[in-house]
Amino acid sequence: MVAEKTSKKLFSVTLRVWRQANAQSPGRFVDYPATDVNPDMSFLELLDVVNDGLTRKGDEPVAFAHDCREGICGTCSCTINGKPHGPGHGIATCQLYMRTFKDGDVIIVEPFRARAFPLVKDLVVDRSAFDKIQQAGGFISVRTGAAPDANSIPVPKADADLAMDAATCIGCGACVAACKNSSAMLFVAAKVSHLGLMPQGQPERDRRVLAMVRTMDDAGFGNCTNQYECSAACPKLISHDFIARMNRDYLAASVKSAFQPVSLGGGGAG
Amino acid sequence: MAKLDSRIPSGPLADKWRKHKTDIKLVNPANKRKYEVIVVGAGLAGSSAAATLAELGYRVKCFVFHDSPRRAHSIAAQGGINAAKNYQNDGDSVHRLFYDTIKGGDYRAREANVHRLAEVSVNIIDQCAAQGVPFAREYGGLLANRSFGGAQVSRTFYARGQTGQQLLLGAYSALSRMVGAGGVELHTHSEMLDLVLVDGHAKGVIIRNLLTGEVTRHAADAVILATGGYGNVFNLSTYARQSNATAIWRAYKRGACFANPCYTQIHPTCIPVSGDYQSKLTLMSESLRNDGRIWVPKKKEDRLKAPGDIPEADRDYFLERIYPSFGNLCPRDVASRAAKRMCDEGRGVGESGLGVYLDFSDAIKRLGENGVRERYGNLFDIYHEITAESAYQQPMRIFPAVHYTMGGLWVDYNLMSNIPGLFVLGEANFSDHGANRLGASALMQGLADGYFVIPYTIGDYLAGQKPGSRPAADRAEFRQAEENVTGMTKRLLGIKGKEPVSHFHKRLGKLMWEYCGMARTKAGLETALQKIPELREEFWASVNVPGSAATLNQSLEQAGRVADFIELGELMCRDALTREESCGGHFREEHQYEDGECKRDDQNFAHAAAWEYQGEGKTPLRNVEPLNYEFTKMSVRSYK
Repeated sequence: MVAEKTSKKLFSVTLRVWRQANAQSPGRFVDYPATDVNPDMSFLELLDVVNDGLTRKGDEPVAFAHDCREGICGTCSCTINGKPHGPGHGIATCQLYMRTFKDGDVIIVEPFRARAFPLVKDLVVDRSAFDKIQQAGGFISVRTGAAPDANSIPVPKADADLAMDAATCIGCGACVAACKNSSAMLFVAAKVSHLGLMPQGQPERDRRVLAMVRTMDDAGFGNCTNQYECSAACPKLISHDFIARMNRDYLAASVKSAFQPVSLGGGGAG
Repeated sequence: MAKLDSRIPSGPLADKWRKHKTDIKLVNPANKRKYEVIVVGAGLAGSSAAATLAELGYRVKCFVFHDSPRRAHSIAAQGGINAAKNYQNDGDSVHRLFYDTIKGGDYRAREANVHRLAEVSVNIIDQCAAQGVPFAREYGGLLANRSFGGAQVSRTFYARGQTGQQLLLGAYSALSRMVGAGGVELHTHSEMLDLVLVDGHAKGVIIRNLLTGEVTRHAADAVILATGGYGNVFNLSTYARQSNATAIWRAYKRGACFANPCYTQIHPTCIPVSGDYQSKLTLMSESLRNDGRIWVPKKKEDRLKAPGDIPEADRDYFLERIYPSFGNLCPRDVASRAAKRMCDEGRGVGESGLGVYLDFSDAIKRLGENGVRERYGNLFDIYHEITAESAYQQPMRIFPAVHYTMGGLWVDYNLMSNIPGLFVLGEANFSDHGANRLGASALMQGLADGYFVIPYTIGDYLAGQKPGSRPAADRAEFRQAEENVTGMTKRLLGIKGKEPVSHFHKRLGKLMWEYCGMARTKAGLETALQKIPELREEFWASVNVPGSAATLNQSLEQAGRVADFIELGELMCRDALTREESCGGHFREEHQYEDGECKRDDQNFAHAAAWEYQGEGKTPLRNVEPLNYEFTKMSVRSYK
């Protein structure tokens, strides 16, 4: 595909990147100057260019997580100038464009840091704890083929819309990286709220919130102290109100479970 | 020569699937747990298959190269999913969805497969709604629909502009439930690098762990590939950066036939390329064509003017002009080529001249800015992020880009390839979309294959395999395949050339776009068939893959994938050269009507071409599966 000719003014920045071979080795910042930066380039495209330069010199390129590059898969996960996903609002790292920066800027690039996200290499961390939380209860137990006609379960539009607001979570972990306690409350609350707002999600509502919260705690995430950094860093701007909703669900489920035990085991699977 | 038996059931079209389900063999519930099934890939097709097979009692191992199944690129599908529910009371039916899909595919898909797809489409919506997928709703609480290209009814279900995300998260939740319950053993960061055949049957895979570099052997009673399409052969596409063809390509090299590799979909509404550094192209959902109007200036000299300064009388709404009955909602291949013709005439907009306008001013007048925001807000936001322009204030600039591949591994009606025991689902197979896929049909196919087809058809194969007959992974076939994998890794790391992998990928992409893109010619394809082998040689002589095989090494991952893309690109060109006709996404300039529309040759090309690997450096063999149209009349596809 032919590139458009550009009339844009090119500029230079320095990337100060966290390099760490693995979780056992010490890490450090290394400076990489970048020239001819086009303001229409994405930040990750600049990292691509820097990496190609390193490769040509025979050095190892910077490892970073990325995939869809359109803000939906949740793979990319850089902390840029101290903020998860960087200085933009409501975007993932891959949606950050160089026009955000100016000539001469030093841009500090780090991985998402949290105890429950162990470092893999350079800017890549292990977020498998999120999958474990999901496996504990982030579902509605419905066997394939057992579903009634879709329109037999009407869902009030307001509930469906609010459920969708929560369901837009991309599972990137910025909420955890932004939180001083490394809490995963926003991530868990989004899933609990999405399913809890739907009529289909009611039968397992108590079990779900208890199981997911327990797994979250076991994974080493911290608690919420209502700073709301999570919502501010969230690429989908998911509201911290969902945390309050989850707390209500959790409290109700805990009280109920004191009188009638709730099994937290698997979802009644085959 | 491969034996291609499509195993299409006899009888009336509408009864085939029902009849087949009662005719095929079953595995009794107590025996199911004795069978182990490998599922590679966890997008819509892979997750839904893995979850459903585990629910049935099979022991499932699921391998994904991502860090989580939720990252699969199904997540990026924006617009919606088709289903013949006829909730709108606008005349939809299973037969109409079938007919639209067959016609949309330019009569190059199997009737029986497509009819089955239309039949199970209604079950998919039920299943997803029951899982809690937050579909868009009317105020009464019932499901809402929108329209998509190639259809005159409103049958597309959606969740804002993130339908793929919500459906994938639904399938991921079903998969997660089965992982939690112990029915599925999930392996993340695990890339399949070879298929293992024992006595001609697919009985295992070789996996490289992308974090540790460890290579392991896995034996099973059957192998399912649900690894997506191969559009990244073009380098620039709407695919995710990691999307690759390695699993299906390595299976091809083990004898699985690759059908219709030249059928690629170029999507009309993507954000134009801005520079050489570009890593991917971003789609603007087809749903935008519900309310957006596509135009270029009538006069060439207006093309660099601000769009607002071009009066209504000087605008050419070319899709509405050329295709009055479908207008802006004509199918993707038709819309893309029309846009290309406008640009070829010198009327394309933007500095490069490679763009057309997608204008929402009428919709904003009709619905108000908030009405438009409600429907498409996230897409307008994405557009703004990338271009720094507001589509509320000025039209979007769009241009076609590679988006989907209709070709893939050949499968029979049971979704089994010509290698017994190897099943292929979703975009990775070739079966349902013919030469062009209609919008909102990819999600439908992925979930149909995974939730509603494979759970039945895999039993037909497994019932013929003795429980417990699964070969041990220490057999020579496994050892040989593992050596094949480690040998290739060693070779890539040992070249120590000058250029990064991306250098070769970009060059391959440019060759493919120029010679095997929206318009193809004999001369161009012959040029490509000369240049691609040269590029391949250069790659193996001068690529630089730094680092070691024993850690996370993204250059190494990418090198293996690009090596495969180069070979696959060659096969695509060969297929495009051989198919001396135009159909759907395959447009040969030599074969067109005076108005520039596709000229099919049903006499000679009403078939699927299934290519069979013959060994390195040898020309692959072209097998043919004739397509018989018993229930529809093959006609010239018209959207006028």
